[in-house]
Amino acid sequence: MRHRKYPFIFGFLVVPVVLYIALVIWPYLQTFGYSLTDWSGASPEMNFVGLDNYVKLFGDSVFLDALQHNLLLLIVLPLVTILLALFFAFMLNVGGKGGTGGVQGVRGSAFYKVVFFFPQVLSVAILSVLFQGVYRTDQGGLLNGVLVELGIEDPNQPWQWLSDPNLGLWCVMGVLIWSGVGFYLVLFSAAMQSIPKDIYEAALLDGAKRGTTFFRITLPLLWETIQTAWVYLAIAAMDAFALVSTMTPGAYYGGGPDHHSEIMATLLMRNFVTFGKAGYACAMGVVIFFITLVLSVVSLRVTRREKIEF
Amino acid sequence: MGSATEYNRRDLFKRAAAITVLAAGGTSLLAACAGGTGSSDSKSSAPAAGGDSKNPFGVKAGDPLDVVIFKGGYGDDYAKSFEDMYKKTYTGAAISHLGTQEISGKLQPRFNAGNPPDVIDDSGAQQMKIDVLVGANQLTDLTVLLDAPYLDDPTKKIRDVLLPGTIEQGTVSGKMYSLNYVYTVFGLWYSAKLFKDKGWTVPKTWDEFITLCGTIKAAGIAPFAHQGKYPYYANVAIFDLIAKQGGLDLVKKIDACDPTAFDDPAVLTSVTAFYKIMEGDFLLPGTNGMTHTESQTAWCQGKAAFIPSGSWLENEMLAATPADFDMAFLPMPSLPGDKLPAAAVRAGAGEPFIVPAKAKNKNGGLEFLRMMLTKEGSGKFAAAANSLTVLKDGIGADVVLKPGTKSSATAVSAAGTNTFNYTYPDLQSAFNEEVQNATNELMNKRIDPKAWVARVKAATSKKV
Repeated sequence: MRHRKYPFIFGFLVVPVVLYIALVIWPYLQTFGYSLTDWSGASPEMNFVGLDNYVKLFGDSVFLDALQHNLLLLIVLPLVTILLALFFAFMLNVGGKGGTGGVQGVRGSAFYKVVFFFPQVLSVAILSVLFQGVYRTDQGGLLNGVLVELGIEDPNQPWQWLSDPNLGLWCVMGVLIWSGVGFYLVLFSAAMQSIPKDIYEAALLDGAKRGTTFFRITLPLLWETIQTAWVYLAIAAMDAFALVSTMTPGAYYGGGPDHHSEIMATLLMRNFVTFGKAGYACAMGVVIFFITLVLSVVSLRVTRREKIEF
Repeated sequence: MGSATEYNRRDLFKRAAAITVLAAGGTSLLAACAGGTGSSDSKSSAPAAGGDSKNPFGVKAGDPLDVVIFKGGYGDDYAKSFEDMYKKTYTGAAISHLGTQEISGKLQPRFNAGNPPDVIDDSGAQQMKIDVLVGANQLTDLTVLLDAPYLDDPTKKIRDVLLPGTIEQGTVSGKMYSLNYVYTVFGLWYSAKLFKDKGWTVPKTWDEFITLCGTIKAAGIAPFAHQGKYPYYANVAIFDLIAKQGGLDLVKKIDACDPTAFDDPAVLTSVTAFYKIMEGDFLLPGTNGMTHTESQTAWCQGKAAFIPSGSWLENEMLAATPADFDMAFLPMPSLPGDKLPAAAVRAGAGEPFIVPAKAKNKNGGLEFLRMMLTKEGSGKFAAAANSLTVLKDGIGADVVLKPGTKSSATAVSAAGTNTFNYTYPDLQSAFNEEVQNATNELMNKRIDPKAWVARVKAATSKKV
């Protein structure tokens, strides 16, 4: 029967592979093609312009700013999200009272898990509306309202949050982290629960403190999950389009004030849709694609460790 | 995590790309089609074809008509009544109607595939930019419409019954590509009731305005609100001052993105005068970061005295406006040495309707526009959308106007021929974006008037 194996496997694979090529690979190749043209995005006509778009791109100070903002997101977003998620997951799973051997979570951990996961259920559109209410710039905003009540800020000079050039991007980052922590908490919890309890018990018998158990046992055994989380968060950081475009000020697709929260995706959409520079926008798309690809490969390689089995 | 956002953007992009694949694949075929219809169009579009005033474009009664309407502040019910008018004449025509806010999302793929609708109300935040469409040869030159007979009185041509400025507003490099159907008036708005209660006089000059702002502030109300998240509205105030100070030639130079326009002392004078609002701390606290809905609602609640906007404001805020608010319009107060009189207002045509060059029933689209420009069509629009149209004397005595619309109509007749309008927000998208950013910095006092002028001057080099 052995000679029948390959046609059998091929029969199953051919449809998905064709679909993948047609729906994923081919559009990407098309985008590469368009990035070499002056396509307007509003007409089937276009001319070949070579690498002009790429040359322009790296002389465009707004694009370079946007790139920097994405890189800032790339550092802060995964770091803070993973640290918070790890801390909470540890507390919920093995952070309980000492008397129990330290292998159970704090009281009510099942309830907290649901509460923390809840933001993940909300759609991005709801998040955006919700937090625009929180960050509203007059006293009607939740934050400003509370701060004015507490006497911390002057009602006649309320803080600008999203409209403040120094705060805008951080405000969006806050929302991204707020909405992301719950998911990674649940992910890390699941991984932690698969660690056998006797390892912890043995460590406790040897007199290990909570910190030591975390760094010597939990973290190494969780490494692969963290690695996955890192790649996902890095991809999210390269995007962040929906929140930035809807929450921040700016004429088309946000990014304001004055490009201070500009990211590559908002600039791409503005060029693609508003300014009719679709070829140029495709060049940005290609750059984003390559950065994301390189990042994923690098973070998977660099953080590769020997697999620990239990 | 952000996978949902990632999905949305990528999905959108992929879809666009996928559609362009189809478009690219069929290019030769489409080009052939386009060539075919193009030649027949040029024949039928010559209005001299027998001088048939009933059907100057040679519409075939059985051809379906594809209409896409921006469903914004004016809704889209008015368009349905136009479609009924169209059906009365061309009984066999099947009309497909789409009312949507996602203009570019719905239409960009269709333009790229060479399969656009026959007539589009191309407006709203997701408008497909007219300059971009013209640059891509996607729009029909509407000169044939202007030269077609006016339905209510076939001895006149359409171009004779349009309000002044309508043709210019849709004109790109000498040809009219969009019919801007709604007559919009721009300026400052206030509550006549509030002013009466407080005993405030409406200011005529900018000095009076600034003095009054002090009085208003002392009374515990913020003198000035604006739609901070969208600096477009603050630009209405700034560029109105500039137009009145510098005159119509300056307006033309600014629209043409001529950098020397910003060397005219009228620009710096106007911006410096406007900056007194910030220097006097007359802004509604928080207004610099508020959306148009948030700030306009605060204004309707009496938290601020003045707000800049166009005449769609009244219809847009119907639900939030108190019954006795008595909305009123004020032309931008005048500066010493203004070239235009105090009564001059920014007024003109808005809400662009277009007929794509590759539309299947282009003639039907043109005819649809011609039907909109009748007393019947204009009256139906005014009744449904609380706004005026660009048809001269387009509204009969039977249409009752709301106080704000009435007030702006009075201002327009007081202005007479002294109206002006800017085309740059529609036709110079990249410049417009940069001006908005500069104005946002000015409103936040992060730059001063001199720096604003320098920045805007530099932005004239930005073209799409």
